Amino acid sequence: MAKNDILGDSLWDAYSDKVTTLMNNPQHQGEITEEEAASHGNKLIVADFGAESCGDAVRLYWEIDPKTDKIVNSKFKSFGCGTAIASSDVMTELCIGKTVQEAVKITNIDVELALRDTPDVPAVPPQKMHCSVMAYDVIKKAAGLYMGVDAESFEEEIIVCECARVSLGTLQEVIRLNDLTTIEQITDYTKAGGFCKSCIKPGGHEAREYYLVDILADTRKQMDEEKMAAAADAGASGDFEGMTLVQQIKAIDAVIDESVRQFLVMDGGDMEVIDIKNSDEYIDVYIRYLGACNGCASSSTGTLYAIESTLKEKLSSKIRVLPI
Amino acid sequence: MQVYMDNNATTMVDPEVLEAMIPYFKEQYGNPNSLHKFGTASHPAISKAIDQAYTAINAADEDDIIFTSCATESNNWVLQSVWIDKILNGDKNHIVTTEIEHPSVLSTCKFLEDQGVKVTYLPVNEQGVVEAHTVRSFITEKTALVSVMWANNETGMIFPIQEIGEICKEKEVLFHTDGVQAVGKIPVDMQAVNVDFMSMSAHKFHGPKGIGALYIKNSQELSPLLHGGEHMGGRRSGTLNVPFIVGMGKAMELATTDMEAKMAAIRAKRDRLEDALLEAIPETFTVGDRDNRTPNTILISIRGVEGEGMLWDLNNGQIGASTGSACASEDLEANTVMLAIGADNELAHTGIRLSLSRFTTDEEVDYVINHFKDAVSRLRAISSSYAKVQPTPGGEVQECELHH
Repeated sequence: MAKNDILGDSLWDAYSDKVTTLMNNPQHQGEITEEEAASHGNKLIVADFGAESCGDAVRLYWEIDPKTDKIVNSKFKSFGCGTAIASSDVMTELCIGKTVQEAVKITNIDVELALRDTPDVPAVPPQKMHCSVMAYDVIKKAAGLYMGVDAESFEEEIIVCECARVSLGTLQEVIRLNDLTTIEQITDYTKAGGFCKSCIKPGGHEAREYYLVDILADTRKQMDEEKMAAAADAGASGDFEGMTLVQQIKAIDAVIDESVRQFLVMDGGDMEVIDIKNSDEYIDVYIRYLGACNGCASSSTGTLYAIESTLKEKLSSKIRVLPI
Repeated sequence: MQVYMDNNATTMVDPEVLEAMIPYFKEQYGNPNSLHKFGTASHPAISKAIDQAYTAINAADEDDIIFTSCATESNNWVLQSVWIDKILNGDKNHIVTTEIEHPSVLSTCKFLEDQGVKVTYLPVNEQGVVEAHTVRSFITEKTALVSVMWANNETGMIFPIQEIGEICKEKEVLFHTDGVQAVGKIPVDMQAVNVDFMSMSAHKFHGPKGIGALYIKNSQELSPLLHGGEHMGGRRSGTLNVPFIVGMGKAMELATTDMEAKMAAIRAKRDRLEDALLEAIPETFTVGDRDNRTPNTILISIRGVEGEGMLWDLNNGQIGASTGSACASEDLEANTVMLAIGADNELAHTGIRLSLSRFTTDEEVDYVINHFKDAVSRLRAISSSYAKVQPTPGGEVQECELHH
């Protein structure tokens, strides 16, 4: 929230002139009958999407020339608000003259663009972007009926945010590449979740199969697991610098057990690893002497040198050993 | 002509109210708490407003009417302070309310639920009313408060406040009612009902926005929501909003003087409008029994016409109305009141509320009837619900597949 958001939007003032004009006077509102289509030797397809109980419903009519698969005429009926009616009107406009195969490529983004007065100003406010999605859905359904296939077969990828048409694959990739951690970042990078907000989390305007919160959580979890797996691999392959802290401690303990401790114990002493600090330049290993080593003259000279050079040789040249 | 038919949202300030307020902006602007005469000069006007408020709702002298900034504040005050007094600092843990309260009650209840309070949201019957026996059955030994509105903003339906008050008295539970849609529209007599707290708002009865009140029976305990000074006996701090208090008092007086006659006039216009719409437009119905409704309100459902689309056409016809089902809201659920009364899902997106006032004229009613009919014809001509050609087999939709 800031100064410009205090009053809130005046919803209808944010509509483009085109939306207003088409709501007031839709050009392709109406029906096409079976007889009418047959009299031209054409096939009629009628498809519904949505329902009154959703608050939005559209019925799309296509008169198709069966020889060319071309949509020669199209009409619509709509139960919905102004943007739903205007979107339906532009949708029929976009369908006319296209083949069915071309028409299925029309998306809600195309519908919204066609409703704009100027190319870079949205035709409707964010919460109304969703109205044009129905147009896209009903086209798929009509095409499926004509071609005798399932409407979902036209969908090549899983669309998570329908308003901005962002796929699951894109979202996962963007989260990974940019190391995103918040929903706001996802919206900034992809526009997903920036419109009707249904896809952000359950409980919004419509139920979704995938939600951004889950995708983010799952992808982050996967990234963490991969990081762990990479570290584990590094351990197995002896890449000390790629190891996790726990693995580094274990590796150091193993080297000390194998090559150092026996000599200390012989003199009545011992040591323990306290901490490890990784920086670009050094890997600092903090140790504490125990027993006779504690206070022994060579503990800060010869013994220390021996421990450090063993670790350097066996694990990493970046290691420095620091007694505390 | 332009016609405002959204008087349950807010009303025009009565010119007499405005006139009464003006001197307290200009000449008598003193702080009533000051010792000097600039301050005390406003006291007679404030006393008069207090008298007007007490008379309007027939409050007893032992009761308090505390001016607040709005009914949202009054509702918050009661719910939050009962929580502090009876739940945090007492042995109660439960609040009873209804599922169709105003958001200032429902959101506060949700907030209290987050703080660990148990809240019961009572359902309404097919008339949109919570029945008294339902309230009784949900009160427990741990119930601190019952909060039930006096009349509903969307349907105008009047709740059995008298009976619920008796039940609360018997069960020794505090009773709050949001009286925003009742005061100024129907007779409200605080000595005839057992109500502990009642919220009011001036702009719903031709007073100014930004002033409300809370009635408190017997001046009983209720921790302040706003701390700061000793204004209004320390019950609600903040410099007294003198011109608005004067305006609210005047508005209450104007709304309740000769109320029967005023309401009969509004009711006659409302009934004429309702009859004309129901007769002229097939497949419409109104919600709730007329005799048990505030006399200015109609909630009408028009099959096949989506609420926001209808508002758009009415707005083009210079008519201001409202819908509880605007598909613009973030949560596009159907109108909760319509769903609560058991309306089909299909009709829950088709509700239009028309609310009149004492300033509504017969010409305005005629104008709305005509434009309403035109808008319905136009939108039904576009509507898929009235389409004749049936979908290609496989192209039908049985039920809502979009929303949950």
